Amino acid sequence: MSAQLAMQHGTLGERLTDANVALSPGQVTAICGPNGAGKSTLLSALAGLEHLDSGLAMLEGRALADLPPKERARRIGYLPQSGEVAWDIAVRSVVALGRLPHGGAADDVVNAAITELALDDLADRAISTLSGGERARALLARVFAGEPEWILADEPLAALDLAHQLSLLGSLKARAANGSGVVIVLHDLALAMNHADRVVVLDQGRIAADGVPADALSVDILRRVWNVDVRWLGQPGAQALVLA
Amino acid sequence: MTRIAIILTILLAIAFPISMLAGRVWIDPESTPNASIILAELRLPRGLLAMTIGAGLGAAGASMQGYLRNPLADPGLFGIAPGAALGAVASFWLGYQASVWALPIMALLGGAGAMALLALIAGRTGGIALFTLAGLMIASLAGALTSLAISLAPNAFAMSEIVTWLMGALTDRSWRDVWLAAPLTLAGITVLAFAGRDLDALTLGDAAARSMGVDTKRLLWLLIIGIGLTVGSGVAVAGIIGFVGLIVPHLVRPFTDRRPSSLLLPSALAGALLVLVADSVVRVLPLVTELRLGIALSLIGAPFFLWLLLRMRRGELIG
Repeated sequence: MSAQLAMQHGTLGERLTDANVALSPGQVTAICGPNGAGKSTLLSALAGLEHLDSGLAMLEGRALADLPPKERARRIGYLPQSGEVAWDIAVRSVVALGRLPHGGAADDVVNAAITELALDDLADRAISTLSGGERARALLARVFAGEPEWILADEPLAALDLAHQLSLLGSLKARAANGSGVVIVLHDLALAMNHADRVVVLDQGRIAADGVPADALSVDILRRVWNVDVRWLGQPGAQALVLA
Repeated sequence: MTRIAIILTILLAIAFPISMLAGRVWIDPESTPNASIILAELRLPRGLLAMTIGAGLGAAGASMQGYLRNPLADPGLFGIAPGAALGAVASFWLGYQASVWALPIMALLGGAGAMALLALIAGRTGGIALFTLAGLMIASLAGALTSLAISLAPNAFAMSEIVTWLMGALTDRSWRDVWLAAPLTLAGITVLAFAGRDLDALTLGDAAARSMGVDTKRLLWLLIIGIGLTVGSGVAVAGIIGFVGLIVPHLVRPFTDRRPSSLLLPSALAGALLVLVADSVVRVLPLVTELRLGIALSLIGAPFFLWLLLRMRRGELIG
């Protein structure tokens, strides 16, 4: 079982104010909030990539800043929003980059990550020839190939069609079911409501709600944070958001 | 060793002996008078120096493009070559005739000064934008100071010496230049090789690279030291040889898997081959005076750069 990932009193300029959160492995945690609420900042701070003004990001009770970078990299996999791949390398090479924190390629692990994200037929193609959805899968496979305890992904579902969204979510949920911690920034509140085990809502750099989706994404919270009047329709696990 | 590295090594092994014989006077070892002296004291050091400088520029170009994630990056753009040139020009001023070592050592000091300035400005944050802008600023400052030194030259002869030297050439170089440039270039390429994996990680962007444990400040230092040693020592013995660092990684990239680390060695070998062949060609061309190597490579390089830009505009170039 993986260790707990936590943020204590994390503060960074205007972007994050006194954020306290302790995340458990084996779950999918969604970070939600309006544009500019500090979602990406919280995620990259949890990945140990931000120099906080005050507060600590901690893994298993140890400050991330005190972990050697390579060890931190082996334990926490991070997928940035940008999706940048500067050179037109093959999908297999992209996935193999995930092994860098371990000091080199382990073909079986790379192949397993390729298979896990259904990239077998695309493995030898150049990354530029892939569709948006295939490319997102390849980039996530890179994170999987590092075999991290924690997978932190910044809007991995953005700009994907529904089928690709669900397939990527399925892969992330499977990892969580196997004991990894999964934290994703999500814009689509219905996806968060239906698929996350826990939702952290951010508003202007502060944590506005934290709990199971039904509580953290209640209509009261949505009104307060997003300033919209909406209601949920449907059964738990298959809910849709509509204007009230 | 990858297939392209093996092929380039074989091509070098073929080109090197031919370049020994090539020149205004083609050497026939059996009949040319003093053939052994010409070979041992002129052509051999010149050929080795061409390969050394080319290898350094090729490796520097490959790592620079990897670091900036930009296929149009050239090590000459970032102040180290102009800094070294400024040092060399200063040595003309200070009377380089005083010692045969004065010019190359002043050039190395100039390159080191530019490196130090670059590290001072950009080294603390490790950011690419700051690195690029600081490099361009240093390049333009060094260029302005070089022009100032030329305009204030004590006499017409000194001015002509400076201008000619700046054009870059390997004419009349000796073993002394080889002993100066080769160890420094080799050290520089070794330092750049240590940056290879970090450059691979950088393919996925700065944040992803840091999340994979890349220490971006260490990477910046490796780049500055590696490029400083390779480019600085090249300028110290041959003047400014442009475009090699830009062209070579492009020619080689399609034959590799395009990861920056897999590009380093082939770029060094291809750089060595390009400068060796180019220097042999300028020797053979039937002109009144020998075409300066720096000019020849710029004449090839500038249209090549334009061709790259056009390809980029058509969206064909994504690395």
